Amino acid sequence: MSEIRNYTLNFGPQHPAAHGVLRLVLEMDGEVIERADPHIGLLHRATEKLAETKPFNQSMPYMDRLDYVSMMCNEHAYVMAVEKLLGITPPIRAQYIRVLFDEITRILNHMLWIGSHSLDVGAMTMFLYAFREREDLMDCYEAVSGARLHAAYYRVGGVYRDLPDRMPQYKLQTMPNHSAKDIERMNGNRQGSLLDFIEDFTNRFPTYVDEYETLLTDNRIWKQRTVGIGVVSPERAQQLGFSGPMLRGSGIAWDLRKKQPYETYADLDFDIPVGVNGDCYDRYLVRIEELRQSNHIIKQCVDWLRKNPGPVILDDHKISPPKREDMKGDMESLIHHFKLCTEGYCVPQGEAYAAIEHPKGEFGIYIVSDGANKPYRMKIRAPGFAHLASMDEMSRGHMLADVVAIIGTQDIVFGEIDR
Amino acid sequence: MSKKNQALLNALQEHFNTRLISSTLALNEVTIEVAAKDLVSVCQTLRDEFGFSQLMDVCGLDYLEYGQADWETDKTSAGFSRGVSKAAYHDVHPERPARFAVVYHLLSLQENQRLRVRAFAEGEPPCVPSLIDLWTCANWYEREAFDLYGILFDGHPDLRRLLTDYGFIGHPFRKDFPISGHVEMRYDPEKGRVVYEPVSIEPRVLVPRVIRHDNRYQ
Repeated sequence: MSEIRNYTLNFGPQHPAAHGVLRLVLEMDGEVIERADPHIGLLHRATEKLAETKPFNQSMPYMDRLDYVSMMCNEHAYVMAVEKLLGITPPIRAQYIRVLFDEITRILNHMLWIGSHSLDVGAMTMFLYAFREREDLMDCYEAVSGARLHAAYYRVGGVYRDLPDRMPQYKLQTMPNHSAKDIERMNGNRQGSLLDFIEDFTNRFPTYVDEYETLLTDNRIWKQRTVGIGVVSPERAQQLGFSGPMLRGSGIAWDLRKKQPYETYADLDFDIPVGVNGDCYDRYLVRIEELRQSNHIIKQCVDWLRKNPGPVILDDHKISPPKREDMKGDMESLIHHFKLCTEGYCVPQGEAYAAIEHPKGEFGIYIVSDGANKPYRMKIRAPGFAHLASMDEMSRGHMLADVVAIIGTQDIVFGEIDR
Repeated sequence: MSKKNQALLNALQEHFNTRLISSTLALNEVTIEVAAKDLVSVCQTLRDEFGFSQLMDVCGLDYLEYGQADWETDKTSAGFSRGVSKAAYHDVHPERPARFAVVYHLLSLQENQRLRVRAFAEGEPPCVPSLIDLWTCANWYEREAFDLYGILFDGHPDLRRLLTDYGFIGHPFRKDFPISGHVEMRYDPEKGRVVYEPVSIEPRVLVPRVIRHDNRYQ
């Protein structure tokens, strides 16, 4: 009789399905998981400690680097927390721009999620499709902030600048490998403003989502890999601190955009998809529907933004820097700029927690201020942290290959988990 | 929303009365403070009777330098060097029972309300009871707070380090832990492995902490 042995398997940190730097120590009975122990922290950069050493306005770009596939949403939570402490409200147009870019970010995030999740479980094509759409959305990021990923676009009191009137176009000189005809075709939807470009995208996007669904929703292999995998009951989902699509996939209709509306979400029309079984497949369906709903929200924002020009950042130069032209000739503006860039602004004593419905779940920033120009303590509540913590419970009793599906469905990004 | 929070605050005050050390409603957020010994019983009631079914966050806090500025603007005669040396600091906090605190953020899905619970961790090493029996997700949050602040959670079954390196010494988020750390590491080609050495960079302050007491910032 052969001897029965349990194996301890080291999964990652360098593994293509580990979504970054996850080290999983798996105790296995044959091919069945008995215990999963994620080792995290390989990407720990002490963002919270760094924020304690910098004025409030200088920590904002760190937020992009937390969850580096939904950059602007992280910034949003941070600026909301500081605004709450300062007791200010950004102009309405800035709020709409924030909602617009939050939803663009949600699509960006879900695109990367569906690409990598399906790649992990064996569907190569999705990855290429998803990155095709991400390209357009990152062009929107670039047009508005100059950066494709780490935008640093949201500011306390509004956003950095208004949406550009002209969408940047490809040039033949800089792209010698393309023909003039190609360039003309690629510039086809870039003739107008950024809003025209986004509107064109929103018109195309539902067809794309249909394409994804054709590939996956009724796909036999996809369903075999996801249906009944990683089932979480509603009670356990609450116990485990789930939020976002993970919570909704378990059948709890909870979305901060509806329940605790921030910015202008209360005025917008959208639905919250909810799953039934709480398995990987339901969470997939929830996120796919969120893509459609985000697209719907973006359309409404584009309509509103076309009709309503206005300021995009507060005109309070104690908080937002004055215009560069003003600084050249106006003493007061120069002083304001100097003070903001050297010392920042002091934030009243107190503590605030601001949470947004991040693409991955509830992303919260808790700031304790002692009245200084730097936060006394800043805590980032990352949704992925609670989700990954449930890895042991979700994967127990599943096969090794299902661990990959569970990592995929949790939408793990190490930037936010390790912070 | 604020009426709802006021109602919650009143209900909590009525239910717990003397067990609450303090309770406030500020910026439309309810905060209560409880003693570490009451933490489990209060949280049990909050979960079962007040409907706070979710623990969203656990946050360690070190009050060592709270309210202390690098640069007193009333008397600038000492110059910028005061911003660099921490000699100006004094470690007395008469108003606080302990240096470390743990802050819990609770969320009620039924009532759509949030609550912040603060408990000071007294003793050396600082210690509070673990809430892992009430909310499973407390597991990693408490490990994180232990790792970064050295706060012990009594009753936690698996209090290992979470975010820092294997074999890390110290608790990096404590206020007396320098931002540049104590050790740096490099690859030693002779030994053929990574070695740890004391840091070679000097800590510096880029922007001093300033607390303005004038009314421009009120």
